[in-house]
Amino acid sequence: MRFLLLFSRQGRLRLQKWYTAISEREKKKIIREMTTMVLARQPRTCNFIQWKDMKIVYKRYASLYFCLGVEHEENELLALEIIHRYVELLDKYFGNVCELDIIFNFEKAYFILDEFLMGGEIQETSKQIVNRAIESSDMLQETMEEYMSKPAF
Amino acid sequence: MPAVSKGDGMRGLAVFISDIRNCKSKESEVKRINKELANIRSKFKGDKALDGYSKKKYVCKLLFIFLLGHDIDFGHMEAVNLLSSNKYTEKQIGYLFISVLVNSNSDLIRLINNAIKNDLASRNSTFMNLALHCIANVGSREMAEAFASEIPRILVAGDTMDSVKQSAALCLLRLNRTSPDLVPMGEWTARVVHLLNDQHLGVVTAATSLITTLAQKSPDDFKTSVSLAVARLSRIVTSASIDLQDYTYYFVAAPWLSVKLLRLLQCYPPPEDTSLRSRLTECLETILNKAQEPPKSKKVQHSNAKNAVLFEAIALIIHHDSEPNLLVRACNQLGQFLQHRETNLRYLALESMCTLASSEFSHEAVKTHIETVINALKTERDVSVRQRAVDLLYAMCDRSNSKQIVAEMLSYLETADYSIREEIVLKVAILAEKYAVDYTWYVDTILNLIRIAGDYVSEEVWYRVIQIVINRDDVQGYAAKTVFEALQAPACHENLVKVGGYILGEFGNLIAGDPRSSPLVQFNLLHSKFHLCSVPTRALLLSAYIKFINLFPEVKGTIQDVLRSDSQLRNADVELQQRAVEYLRLSCIASTDILATVLEEMPPFPERESSILAKLKKKKGSSKLPDMDDSRKNVNGSTEHAEDAEVASKSLPSRYSAPLLFFSVPQPPQFLLEELISTDRPHPSSSATMLPTRTMVPSHTFTDDLSVNSAPSSGASLLVDVFSDFSSAAPTEGSDEHFPRFVCKNNGIIYENQLLQIGLKSEYRQNLGRMYVFYGNKTSTQFLSFSTSVSSNNVLGPQLNVQEKPVDPLIEAGAQVQQILNIECVSDFSDAPILNIQFRYGGTLQNIAVKLPVMLNKFFQPTEMTSQDFFQRWKQLGAPQQEVQKIFKAKNQMDTDVSKAKLLGFGVALLDGVDPNPANFVGAGIIHTKTTQVGCLLRLEPNTQAQMYRLTLRTSKESVSQRLVELLSEQF
Repeated sequence: MRFLLLFSRQGRLRLQKWYTAISEREKKKIIREMTTMVLARQPRTCNFIQWKDMKIVYKRYASLYFCLGVEHEENELLALEIIHRYVELLDKYFGNVCELDIIFNFEKAYFILDEFLMGGEIQETSKQIVNRAIESSDMLQETMEEYMSKPAF
Repeated sequence: MPAVSKGDGMRGLAVFISDIRNCKSKESEVKRINKELANIRSKFKGDKALDGYSKKKYVCKLLFIFLLGHDIDFGHMEAVNLLSSNKYTEKQIGYLFISVLVNSNSDLIRLINNAIKNDLASRNSTFMNLALHCIANVGSREMAEAFASEIPRILVAGDTMDSVKQSAALCLLRLNRTSPDLVPMGEWTARVVHLLNDQHLGVVTAATSLITTLAQKSPDDFKTSVSLAVARLSRIVTSASIDLQDYTYYFVAAPWLSVKLLRLLQCYPPPEDTSLRSRLTECLETILNKAQEPPKSKKVQHSNAKNAVLFEAIALIIHHDSEPNLLVRACNQLGQFLQHRETNLRYLALESMCTLASSEFSHEAVKTHIETVINALKTERDVSVRQRAVDLLYAMCDRSNSKQIVAEMLSYLETADYSIREEIVLKVAILAEKYAVDYTWYVDTILNLIRIAGDYVSEEVWYRVIQIVINRDDVQGYAAKTVFEALQAPACHENLVKVGGYILGEFGNLIAGDPRSSPLVQFNLLHSKFHLCSVPTRALLLSAYIKFINLFPEVKGTIQDVLRSDSQLRNADVELQQRAVEYLRLSCIASTDILATVLEEMPPFPERESSILAKLKKKKGSSKLPDMDDSRKNVNGSTEHAEDAEVASKSLPSRYSAPLLFFSVPQPPQFLLEELISTDRPHPSSSATMLPTRTMVPSHTFTDDLSVNSAPSSGASLLVDVFSDFSSAAPTEGSDEHFPRFVCKNNGIIYENQLLQIGLKSEYRQNLGRMYVFYGNKTSTQFLSFSTSVSSNNVLGPQLNVQEKPVDPLIEAGAQVQQILNIECVSDFSDAPILNIQFRYGGTLQNIAVKLPVMLNKFFQPTEMTSQDFFQRWKQLGAPQQEVQKIFKAKNQMDTDVSKAKLLGFGVALLDGVDPNPANFVGAGIIHTKTTQVGCLLRLEPNTQAQMYRLTLRTSKESVSQRLVELLSEQF
């Protein structure tokens, strides 16, 4: 897998994860191309697009598009399920996840992704194990009082 | 504010994000961000030491700003400080910042590496995982250097936690992709394979990914993984869905692991061990069976996961290409998907069937779906699905259905999406050529193509139709008649005018007998299009006019009037003006005889792979290697002529640099005018005109084989355009795979991998040779410290001298450099020299060894002799050790013209009328070495019934006879 992008129907990028080393300029170019290409797709078309030397696998959940760039020989259907599994994990964590959760807790969205994928490969496919890992890292946090006593700025 | 704020939400961050979201305009957003940046900067610079929480919050804000698309040039140090915090969340944010925003600042990397080292040593699995994630995310060389030897230890250590093993496996995979040279193979590799037996399915999944990547690079080291993978797969596919607990995904048992195991097996041929093989076949059958069972859930996730495994199993079946039953079953199951209501499945079925079509076992089964596929072309709403349908029709096309498929593609073209028109045009052109039984159909098809989609007909396509018409005299009259009729249309595409101009200029005489297409009518028709055309087309038309003057003296006056008009003689375009002036002069001063010689019909084109095919391959290739394509095109475009010119000016100085005003140059006019006309002669002519000897390889126009091996072009041609071959050569790993192809030709690709492409042009004279080696950088990164050396694997030294000219140590991204090798043959030899190439790519040292195609036959000088001489010498060389004979089976189709071309390419002169059996070939030549000259006589007797050849060589030296037989017998 080369990258994962989350963007809104308006084309606002919500999350980007790159699994190969490319320059910032190149990233911006890809983001631009992906948003225009995916947003222009008609409903009920297939979820796969041949793009340059990769396959783009995308799926829309509510107002968010999840877009994966995968290697040519990768299994497209399972790539779709990687997206679905990620949505399930976000959903479990936030409880009915919506776009705002991802905007305000973007760092959490990254952490959850990291528990599930690493270096572009699936690390753990068991939902229980991933959830347990996420919960246990939340346990390691400061207490609520500590948090409330901190200044806002 | 967020609806849910779980964990340690940072209030300040949330407020900031909300502020940004409330900004009404881009300006106010930028203003708010600048204010925040100033605030953070002052906090970081302030005298008061920040506590961990504040540092974390500010670093997180910077990250947010960066992700919005703004540049961040500070805060890295604070982020690195967070890494050494012992509070998990602070460490976590630190690592996130580093993995998103790290730059190549080496001081920073050292600090980061230190923090990682501490975390890896912490024995705290959460911290270790964070550190491993960071290495995998950044994946830089410095990190690989620091940790590549440490991670395998963690991976195979007995006391490592499962989750850390998973991270370590994937981290190692990533490092292996970025810096393979730094990941040491060793004792740990055997233990990694045994992770396939691990209890924990998560560990097995991660390990399978790692092993697959490693096995692709060195399959031999991981051979033992095959039996373990089959065993594991078998356990999964036969398990009940609850056995695997949480690894069951929507009632499908471990789909990710199954797919990964099937991928791993695709690195290997079918197992040789029969019981293992039958166990695998059983697994695959079970998967095919399960796919047919009624679904256990209506959820799309269930069907996706189930079919993902099915498609991967089919991919393995196709990869093995050895079980006809499975292949046909696979094809039938895919056939059901062709009409499935899920667009995704229709798409994938079409894609997968494309590969099935290329297997001899399933080709026929795929063909039975032709109607469904044609229907898909007409009814699918999604262009990407229609594209796949076009691909599949192309793949399933053969002699039996070509007319139907070409017709359907042509009719689809009328409404096809603009994005795929060009590709369809290329495909139609190739199929029409490949399966043409009569060439009138071919000509009709191409003219239809131009009519329907003229804008998408690339130059290669119309060049090709002209090459074919010129090489096949049975179709010339029909072509002239058809283009003449097509040109009658009031609005016709400029490409049609080009084809029309060219063909009527050459063959207009064939239809001039009919008063409806008399010379004057033809001329007026062409000239009526003249003013609507672009400059290159007008230039071509002018050449057609001068050809008319030769074909039809009766219209000379009319044409001269046209040429003489101000709009021609004083045309603002220098090329047009020059042509008008020169053609007019030529028509006035040259006698009929000279005119007839100068304007003679074009000679047949040398046979070579269709340039259209090359173009399609390039297009397809471009979908595999996108960045390279553009740069390569540029490289080609800009260097091609320069190089041709350079080589030409060495070997044929006077001709190439001949001024356009040729009357003053004492050269046979025949060449000069061809030179002149060659600008509008379809591309390949640039090589045809420059052929030093005018040996044309006759007919055999249509490559029956789509594969890369094109009919060898005439060995005499020094200047065959290497670059059109470039795009056609398939990448290979083996360095001498292309070697045998060079026995009968001197130019082409000798080596190609993902990074580098090596092309050759070579010329030989007596015992000397010169080889131009072109190194093309296919990547978007420069190659450094590029160097080469030529070595031999044994006693080659005294027999062959190879002297290398220096080569540029730097090859820019997408660029090509040239190196010259001078070769001297001292005495006869059998081993080829090895070209060793070394360079640094992205920090990795690459070593490539390529066998250079310098063979003994390169030093042949063809010798013509009479039949009497031949037999006399044949008898003289009658000693048993002088003759070497070999009888062998034909590997390719037995075609007289191809064989002739190969023998000429081999270097001997072919002697006609010597052998009493006209089907046999007899040749003679002299091998020049510095010390001696060896006369060689050759006889090749084909037996088409038995599909066998008998090759006999007689030379004065046994080793020479032996070597020549070895070389030549591999070619048929």
